[in-house]
Amino acid sequence: MNKTKFGQFGGQYVPEILMTEIINLEKTYEQLKNDEKFNQDLNDLLRNYAGRPSLLYYAKNMTEDLGGAKIYLKREDLNHTGSHKINNVLGQALMAKYMGKKRVIAETGAGQHGVATATAAALLGLECEIFMGREDTIRQSLNVYRMELLGAKVHTVMTGTQTLKDAVNEAMREWALRTDDTFYVLGSVMGPHPFPTIVRDFQSVISKEARAQILELENRLPDVVMACVGGGSNAMGAFYNFINDNDVRLIGCEAAGLGIDTDKHAATVTKGKPGIFHGMKSIFCQDKYGQISPVYSISAGLDYPGIGPEHAYLHQTGRAEYVAVTDDEAVNAFEYLSRTEGIIPAIESAHAIAHALKIVPEMDKDKIVIICLSGRGDKDAALIAKYRGRIINE
Amino acid sequence: MSNIKSAFKNGKAFIGFLTAGDPDLKTTKECIIAMAEAGADLIQIGIPFSDPIAEGSVIQNSNIRALISATHIENIFETLKSVRTKTDIPVVFHTYINPVFNYGYEAFFKDCNNTNVGGIIIPDLPFEEKKEIQQYTDKYNIDIISLIAPTSVSRIRTIAMDAEGFVYIVLSRGTTKVGNEIITEVESIVKLVKEVTQIPVAIGFGINTPEQAKYFSQIADGVIVGSSIVKIVEKYGKDSPEYVYDYVQKMKKAIS
Repeated sequence: MNKTKFGQFGGQYVPEILMTEIINLEKTYEQLKNDEKFNQDLNDLLRNYAGRPSLLYYAKNMTEDLGGAKIYLKREDLNHTGSHKINNVLGQALMAKYMGKKRVIAETGAGQHGVATATAAALLGLECEIFMGREDTIRQSLNVYRMELLGAKVHTVMTGTQTLKDAVNEAMREWALRTDDTFYVLGSVMGPHPFPTIVRDFQSVISKEARAQILELENRLPDVVMACVGGGSNAMGAFYNFINDNDVRLIGCEAAGLGIDTDKHAATVTKGKPGIFHGMKSIFCQDKYGQISPVYSISAGLDYPGIGPEHAYLHQTGRAEYVAVTDDEAVNAFEYLSRTEGIIPAIESAHAIAHALKIVPEMDKDKIVIICLSGRGDKDAALIAKYRGRIINE
Repeated sequence: MSNIKSAFKNGKAFIGFLTAGDPDLKTTKECIIAMAEAGADLIQIGIPFSDPIAEGSVIQNSNIRALISATHIENIFETLKSVRTKTDIPVVFHTYINPVFNYGYEAFFKDCNNTNVGGIIIPDLPFEEKKEIQQYTDKYNIDIISLIAPTSVSRIRTIAMDAEGFVYIVLSRGTTKVGNEIITEVESIVKLVKEVTQIPVAIGFGINTPEQAKYFSQIADGVIVGSSIVKIVEKYGKDSPEYVYDYVQKMKKAIS
């Protein structure tokens, strides 16, 4: 296998102007990933700043209510900044420091990655600029304020669909202008090699912990591991250390928006086809001419027309399954988990909860399901209230 | 060997860019013919893409206009066929890899060959990924035009040694260097390229005026002008061919 690819997927499809820096990044990462001091520094940040390890919580009420498999929630929502995004961001911001960069830039959809990046930049003394689609700055205005509070400059992206895809375009354009002092903190397992590998490695702490925790708690591996998928970073992190455990089913839950039979969805694996975009060969929502489609989801974090190349590979080989969950199902799950367990999930993570509500009742009681609860839902409260017809002030 | 070589036989080459279908394909056809008649040596035709990540706002907007007018690869080839009854000016495509991947490499490069398109510029297909299309471009005799940026540094020789058609030196839109620094930088890149290859070198980065074109033509074998022409099309729409003609004639004269 080509080292930049996962099967046929992945690669480095970026403008020449970025290639020198991308190769530099690749070399730096190869060195740092085995560097004792780097790993010590990163582990220290993960433990003492982000609050790792995160809990593997037995969802007793939900399990009893559904009457099927035992449900465990991997509580990434409890991390500092409220989602799994901090795992990757601390790793990349530390890389930026080690490389002597002065400035970090990042794209963000829901704002979780932007907030995490702004947080790490504040901590490590880096300048920070975040690119966010105009549409997303409206539906996640609280996160825009958070980023600014943390000292970041937020650029509102007015091009294209004004969502995550366009934020990535602008972040890449900005990076092309200034690679010498700038590190692009990419938020998901996507983009050109080495990003899908770097982000996966930094996120794999999720499954590294979860695997050890479930063995400790249940003395066996789970039957199912599931997570929501936009670009796919929390899912890749949750799947990674279970990939070689062939009896563990891996399920990624993507956003079906208003339904996969409408044109308002972001169900890349279900409805997309292979293509090459944002630096990678993968699967994308696109029209019959290969133009990238506008996508839609209630969840800004899943509102992306592609998926990370390693997911495309896991899909192609059949190792992981990908299912689509509608806005309505996700909102129901958002409310269900809040009520049943006293945990308000991010609307992104609620897509995985929603699929669990479908499959868990059909499973035997001796089965075990781990759901990656990728983030907390405080950011979504006003949005969901609005979905239910209630306007509240944030 | 494609017909690109002939573009560099008439002194310094003027290479003009147009986005196909901006504002419609009929205007594009008329602009191509106007540019050929005005003395352009090679025409770079942009196949519009929804997300042209290597372009500045002028060309991004022209891509949007072209897509709104339902421009796609099939009808661009149709337009080229009809252009070919009027002019045999060398043409290269400029696009992103996804529309080409989606059309099918074999079919795409076969159609390029049929319409006498000599080369292709794909900003998101760097040296490392050329093998994606190389077997098809070889089969149908289409040159993959290599881009070299100021950040290419140690990659310049490798890229140039393997280059086909012409080498396209593109400076960053956001370069912090000014005036003489840019000149020195470009000169040193051209020198490195010339050490390893015989093929022509063209420069493109915000060349707008006849004075700039003249200046850069002294360093290289040709100059590439993109956004200035697209701005004319943006301003005059369906009436743009005569304005494009005047502009190209003025620019070609300046470098002759």
